[in-house]
Amino acid sequence: MPEITGFSFPNDIHVTWSLMIVMYPYITGFVAGSFIVTSLYHLFDRQEFKPVARLAMATSFAFLLVASLPLQLHLGQPQRGPFVIITPNFTSAMAGFGILYSFYMLVLVLELWFVWRQEIIDRARRSRGMKRAFYAALALGTYDTSPEAIEIDHKAIKILAGIGLPAACMLHGYVGFIFGAIKANPWWSTPLMPVIFLLSAAVSGIALLILLYQVYAKLDRRPVVSTCVSALASWLWFFLILTITLEELELIVMAYEKSESWLIISELLTTRLSFSYVTMQMIIGGLIPLILLAVVVLMNRYLHEKVRNTLATVAAFLTLIQVFSMRWNIVIGGQLLSKSLRGLRSPYEPEMFGREGVLMAIALFVAPFVILWVFDRVLGIEEPEGSGGHGNPPAAPAEASAASHVP
Amino acid sequence: MSDCHDGCNGSRREFLSGTLKLAGGAVVTVIGASALASSSSGPTSAPIPGGGEYDWNEHLWAYLVDTTKCIGCGSCARACKAENAVPDGFFRTWIERYAVGTDDSHVDSPNGGMDGFPPVQVGFVANKSFFVPKICNHCRATPCTQVCPVGASYRTKDGAVLVDADSCIGCGYCVQACPYGSRFIHPATHTASKCTWCYHRITKGLKPACVTVCPTQARQFGDLKKDGDPVRAVVEHDRVQILQGHLLTEPQCYYTHLDKEVR
Repeated sequence: MPEITGFSFPNDIHVTWSLMIVMYPYITGFVAGSFIVTSLYHLFDRQEFKPVARLAMATSFAFLLVASLPLQLHLGQPQRGPFVIITPNFTSAMAGFGILYSFYMLVLVLELWFVWRQEIIDRARRSRGMKRAFYAALALGTYDTSPEAIEIDHKAIKILAGIGLPAACMLHGYVGFIFGAIKANPWWSTPLMPVIFLLSAAVSGIALLILLYQVYAKLDRRPVVSTCVSALASWLWFFLILTITLEELELIVMAYEKSESWLIISELLTTRLSFSYVTMQMIIGGLIPLILLAVVVLMNRYLHEKVRNTLATVAAFLTLIQVFSMRWNIVIGGQLLSKSLRGLRSPYEPEMFGREGVLMAIALFVAPFVILWVFDRVLGIEEPEGSGGHGNPPAAPAEASAASHVP
Repeated sequence: MSDCHDGCNGSRREFLSGTLKLAGGAVVTVIGASALASSSSGPTSAPIPGGGEYDWNEHLWAYLVDTTKCIGCGSCARACKAENAVPDGFFRTWIERYAVGTDDSHVDSPNGGMDGFPPVQVGFVANKSFFVPKICNHCRATPCTQVCPVGASYRTKDGAVLVDADSCIGCGYCVQACPYGSRFIHPATHTASKCTWCYHRITKGLKPACVTVCPTQARQFGDLKKDGDPVRAVVEHDRVQILQGHLLTEPQCYYTHLDKEVR
């Protein structure tokens, strides 16, 4: 039995939303964040993101494939999960999930197809037998790679990226809305919640790509393009500043206006969440990467490539921890607090095994990387060396300093 | 080919119209099922356990608690557990004990008050002490039914907020949305569970178990549509209070003599 400090409503001592509900926004955050990165190239023509544009799109896809699993694993009656789509109750914020998820999936799959169309056709032409049939099916029977067709591809990619970006933002902002619209819980109930979720999604997506890019470049024996790392670091810094500012503003407003819940929330943060909030979310995952990224951005031109890569990689890794801590502190923290606003329960410890356990969470986090690996085997994430390229017309490699890319 | 031209065309037309009807039917079915599940606008009378003549249009139930009468015996919580097979560690109703001083207060509810209240020492001078029974407030504008993604939580025409355990997916959103801590996920069925005002009893003309066993009439149950109903008289003519009124959930569980410390 959990221990209670103060007074909790007797049913409030159970943590109903488990580790899986922490994983859900963490995973959809990568979906939206990676899509923001790929859109910077495909939609906004930021050439410095070209080296990671396809990796980012594949990452978004890989994470999207597992995004609904934590929800499904969490349900008390998982076999009734499809009811949310078949018989939705539209007054519920949750009922929109099926629609948003399917819509974004559709847009992303279409965009993926247009971006990878040439590779699919090349592979179909190169292979024989079953393999050929597989790629031919993927090519949907059209082998047209004439300049006109490629031009149409480019237009389609741009339009789909234009639809996909708001769809990705909706998909994740909506997760924040699910929490932000619960007036019963003062730790959740703020209009800032969807915004904070969205910004931290951008943070987690960019941070993950910094790490993935380093790994992928190593595995694929490609050089790491320093302008790309600088640009990613700049945007990461920008979004991290916004995220942490809003996360803190929310608290400062609550404290300054002495809201009725501030007493218990301040106790929650300084006792039950002192490690996960103060240490992890604010210092190790917040302050330290802010400083590291400031060095990368402000001293960019003085940094040796290896130093820049290392600083950016360490900062990216720490911000991934920051975002996970933020998800944890919101989801779990909100349930340690009783709605009596008089009591806190002892910290929640997730089970190790089982449907909603730690191992399952790790498996869910690892699964997208396995999907990425399979994706790379089947379609190849990056274009083969020396190919003409896709997407936007080739431009001179961006040489401007990363700092100038900060909006 | 030409021989069967008309016939073929006809059969194609029939096929198309059949398909369209089928698709339309499916849409209607889906919408219908959704509407049925999401609101109380389905049939006009509730299925009556035992087959009596209960018409939910003729009733509007309300619950009334006089906190000055509660003695903290815990009979109500025990009766509820027995009547509704409430699992250990979860509560459809509970009793809170308050000890209030000038600068400090103490609240507890050991095992939901099920076993009564052992004496307690507080570290301040308690000027007053009292018990407050709690149940689901069966709110008129309830956030718990609003957030249910499949409409398994609903409010009946006679004012009870219920859960259809056969369609609840066990997502727990309603548990989070209830400001009063009245809901929980049942550990055996893995679906949402809560006070039903003993709906199986009230539709047969009985009172909820907690009201029936209350030795001091601290808990009362009445019908706002019935002339001369004592609960209706209090709600209509006396000063009554509700819990967490600022959340605008319009509770149908009313209190008299509620203290400022109670949330």
